[in-house]
Amino acid sequence: MTSIELNGVTRWYGNVVAVNDITMSIGPGVTGLLGPNGAGKSTLLHLIAGFLAPSRGELTVAGEQTWRNPGLFRKVGLVPERDSVYSFLTGEEFVLATARLHKLADPEAAASRAIGRLDMAEAAGRRISTYSKGMRQRIKVAAALVHDPEVLLLDEPFNGMDPRQRLHMMELLHAEGERGRVILLSSHILEEVERLSGTIQVIVGGRLAASGDFRAIRRLMTSRPHVFLVRSSDDRRLGAALIGSPAVSGVELTPRGLQVRALDYYAFTRQVAGLTREHGIALRELLPADESLESVFAYLLAS
Amino acid sequence: MPGPLNGVIISVTFRATMGRRRALLFAVPAVVLIAVTAVLAVTAHGGSWQPEFLGDFGFTIVLPLTSLIIGTSVLGAEIDDGSVVHLLATPVPRSQVVLSKFVVAAALTILLGAIPEYLGAAIAAGPGSRLAVGLLAGAAAAAVIYNALFVMLSALTTRAIAIGLIYLLVWEGLLANLVPGVGLLSAGQYSLSIANGIASNKSLNAHLTATTAVVMGLIVTVAALVICTRKLAVFSIRGDAA
Repeated sequence: MTSIELNGVTRWYGNVVAVNDITMSIGPGVTGLLGPNGAGKSTLLHLIAGFLAPSRGELTVAGEQTWRNPGLFRKVGLVPERDSVYSFLTGEEFVLATARLHKLADPEAAASRAIGRLDMAEAAGRRISTYSKGMRQRIKVAAALVHDPEVLLLDEPFNGMDPRQRLHMMELLHAEGERGRVILLSSHILEEVERLSGTIQVIVGGRLAASGDFRAIRRLMTSRPHVFLVRSSDDRRLGAALIGSPAVSGVELTPRGLQVRALDYYAFTRQVAGLTREHGIALRELLPADESLESVFAYLLAS
Repeated sequence: MPGPLNGVIISVTFRATMGRRRALLFAVPAVVLIAVTAVLAVTAHGGSWQPEFLGDFGFTIVLPLTSLIIGTSVLGAEIDDGSVVHLLATPVPRSQVVLSKFVVAAALTILLGAIPEYLGAAIAAGPGSRLAVGLLAGAAAAAVIYNALFVMLSALTTRAIAIGLIYLLVWEGLLANLVPGVGLLSAGQYSLSIANGIASNKSLNAHLTATTAVVMGLIVTVAALVICTRKLAVFSIRGDAA
């Protein structure tokens, strides 16, 4: 099974530590690499792609060292963040050139297939200099996918894409993940990473701040209250009942329903059903209101 | 075993180099060389102006400058704008990348520097003259040696043009002419001496034997390309820093 393995990987520039002692294992499926600007996400992707040497630690992709190993790109596709491509080429020429550099058996067919998957067939005959940012992103992804890599690394792939293009890209990446490909993407568009990927690696200040399923990460953070939106047949009475629970730190009546701040995720979700039954209240809706990736991320940054 | 050159890289590099606006600049020194030679051919009477002008102006200005502009752009421009990552994110051996780009730079410099040098000599001394043939050989050697140096320089620094210009002015223009012994480490002297090996013309101001020039030129060219390949093999993208 193909995977990306980092063991105590550190990278510094002079006195500045960009990536600090990161150990992680990324397997098949889509994994989101998250963090604020300057957190070390791009540095980490460049280390994994073999465009930086680790100052310390071990790093392998598909069992091979990445640094000074261009042969690894037979298995790896890279979509860099920087928006610089050979703009004098047409989209088709660019993807075809990449296919030929990979020495594929049938480069024309591979290029045509990759361009089709990215929905770029209509624009493929035009020079890249005439493309929108979103189209350039897609043609870069087509080039990175042309050799059907086992590992796909994408640095901010949704930049400049309109909602339809984003949706299409998400479907494509999801399908690649389902096929057993290792997809690692960095993004600041948290909502989309949340939709695309259950697994996240959060980098803050060059360190791995959290790793795993983002909902599980949120639940583990018991030091902060979890906000739920509850709708019932009698929100006022349910609020009075809930405030007596040690698992609840605050209750607020809002036009949308009852906003409950729970100190203990599991205790609250267990108790709420019993309490409503006990008081003869019909529970209509129970939504974790702050369980977006954005809030997980904000909590991790604050901690 | 992959060949030393890559057709895709050669084709893309050629289009990238000739497609840039500054490609028009490439031809300026050559046009000036031919135009001035033509004027001198009509107005000058006797003397040794042909080897002096074509040797001095051609080998100290036209060829080095054309090589500098082309040699620093074939790889350096892609490193500067980051597009080289698309090329390096493939399994192509880095030696192929460097050699393919070097071949494009040398070939374009021969086209835009060495052939105009020959045309100038042909106007001045006749197309089959030893001077014309010698200058063509020397100019072709200059295109090869200078481009190896400038392609290497563009991989080593983002200020390749500025450093290249200083090198040409100080080392090739000043020290190689004034300090004895520096000629042994001068690309300009290698090419002039190769030209002189065929033309046998003292006015070319060559100080080395043709054999020494060929051997030293080869050593410098190979060393520059090896250094460039090694540098490209450890090409790094500096990302964000915490």
